Amino acid sequence: MAELTDRPFPPGSYPVIVVGSGPGGLQVSYSLSRYGIGHAVLSADEAPGGMFRRWPFFQRLLSWTKPYAPVPHDHPAYQRYDWNSLLADEPENQAIMPGLMDGNSYFPSRPEMQQNLETFASRTGIAIRHGCRWTGTRREPAAGGGEEFVVETSDGEYRAPIVILAVGVAEPAVPDTPGIELATHYAGTRPAETYADRRVFIIGKQNSGFELASGLLQWARTITLASPSPAKLSVNTKSLVGVRARYVQPVEDHVLGGGVTILDAAIGRIGRREGGGFEVVARPTAGGDEMLFEVDEVIAATGFRAPLVDLPGLGVTTFGQSRLPAVTPYWESASVPGLFFGGTLSQAAGGLKKHGLPANSGAVHGARYNARVLVRRIAETRFDRAQAKERPAVAADSLVDWMATAMMSASELFHQRAYLARVVSLDASAGPRDEGVVPLAAFVDGTGSDGDGDAIAVTLEADGSGAIYPVVYARRGGRLEEVTFDPDPLLRYDTPVVRARLADLVGAS
Amino acid sequence: MASSDEIVDEIAGFALFADLATPQLERVAHTFEEQVYAEGERVLRQGLSGSAFHVILDGDAAVVIDGDERATLGRGDFFGEVSILLGQAPVADIVATHQLRCLVLAGNLVQPFLLDNPPVMYRMLQAQARRLRQANRWRS
Repeated sequence: MAELTDRPFPPGSYPVIVVGSGPGGLQVSYSLSRYGIGHAVLSADEAPGGMFRRWPFFQRLLSWTKPYAPVPHDHPAYQRYDWNSLLADEPENQAIMPGLMDGNSYFPSRPEMQQNLETFASRTGIAIRHGCRWTGTRREPAAGGGEEFVVETSDGEYRAPIVILAVGVAEPAVPDTPGIELATHYAGTRPAETYADRRVFIIGKQNSGFELASGLLQWARTITLASPSPAKLSVNTKSLVGVRARYVQPVEDHVLGGGVTILDAAIGRIGRREGGGFEVVARPTAGGDEMLFEVDEVIAATGFRAPLVDLPGLGVTTFGQSRLPAVTPYWESASVPGLFFGGTLSQAAGGLKKHGLPANSGAVHGARYNARVLVRRIAETRFDRAQAKERPAVAADSLVDWMATAMMSASELFHQRAYLARVVSLDASAGPRDEGVVPLAAFVDGTGSDGDGDAIAVTLEADGSGAIYPVVYARRGGRLEEVTFDPDPLLRYDTPVVRARLADLVGAS
Repeated sequence: MASSDEIVDEIAGFALFADLATPQLERVAHTFEEQVYAEGERVLRQGLSGSAFHVILDGDAAVVIDGDERATLGRGDFFGEVSILLGQAPVADIVATHQLRCLVLAGNLVQPFLLDNPPVMYRMLQAQARRLRQANRWRS
């Protein structure tokens, strides 16, 4: 650990300030450095890793990395199978995660994930001012005109025209239920063995509630999971929406009558019982009488909120249970320009959510791509970087190849379905140009970095049926056409049939 | 931002949910997601598949067909259900005219939600009947 005097980024003025040293902050910082954009990274933590320095509680991730995959580690499509490595351009800094796993599971352990992130930070030379807590934010006139942000921290004040917040969704959230103060939040769960022979009541039926229930199966005397709406299971939604397969064991225990109860009920109140323990009053949402539970432990697995400090006071609108900031498709605050959100906070830009399916922006394997698009946008619009403005020519006779390759191996399309698109512009005079990756919501509204001229966007999408299929959006003369391709169970989209259809699309341009 | 308790209070006064008791309203608050749209942002897009059902909590929206504004929607109004019921893409853009806060339910969840909540289905049917009568008046 460096001495305090060696800490980088003393208080002062910087072109960009990044807050957070979890995967989001690291990916943003890496990308900024690739464009040569000076920035300070500030973090309250003592080391990189963010939430993975503590959670998941039972110390194993929900996101997999397959050391042995259908393609080798240096293939562009390997990222489809490795959800946990951060993205680097240098081959030696890619796919770090699989090299650190001990073979016990294709879900890395929490310490392995932490090591993955620390290794990325040290190998790519990311500098972080640790132990520096963000405490407040102001906007003031900048010396050179316009406005800048003043980021107040435990170490003093930082100034920058652009602030990127990658502070996670890590603040415990609890509902207003009477007596909720008697419950322990997920974040305060004790070691599993201390629940031996206890009657445990868990409020919440999402992954965190089911993670605790799974981990306590061999300890607790009884486990009750309750919340107003029915539990969704990922194997039923055929998406990452819902409780993941790893945590479904309590459902089997419930349906086989083993001592776990899963209930659709609103929690009326929690009270203390004379002689110890608690009582929980629940009202079934399907109707019927109130139910009274006598239990020894009440755990609120009721989620987390974005720790936005004083940003609402600065005019940042928030929404939803997680108090996410309202943002543009490029992750900029919709009400406070210059303020951007990276990492898991990038889920604040929901995109089209076609068929109700969110992108994976809340997870590393989605947010890592968002960070690259976000930083390129900033590099192009705020720093005039030539590298960000490049639009390589695509030969007209290789357009079909270009699209088929995107469908087959572009990992950001695979992980960020109906959310990120690969775009080729079709300006008659400039010829086809590779516009790079554009948020799909911006493309369909003509507000993306590709402009609003004639262009084709390639995405991969899903509709909850279990299929993953390409969709091509063709914009001509301001009108948008959505062309959906038939799903292939083996995801083979480089076929003569697909190519013929793509050729028709290109020919019509 | 609103907690689910606050959302229950907000929607309890909406005609669509008028017949639901508090635990059912809590289920609605947990089943729908809250979403905020900035002024000028498109919420539904004409011709684009895979859209969702929206109930307006706050703000205003315009119904825009081929660039022409046809109607405005406000607090308590809902939209998106017709394209979901028919399995077709929306025939209009819905654009936030002021910051818009909505409860959103994915298209594939609308049928199970309505079957689980017949009073909501009845209220929705009433609203559709009013719209149909209005449209017939315009034509006659």
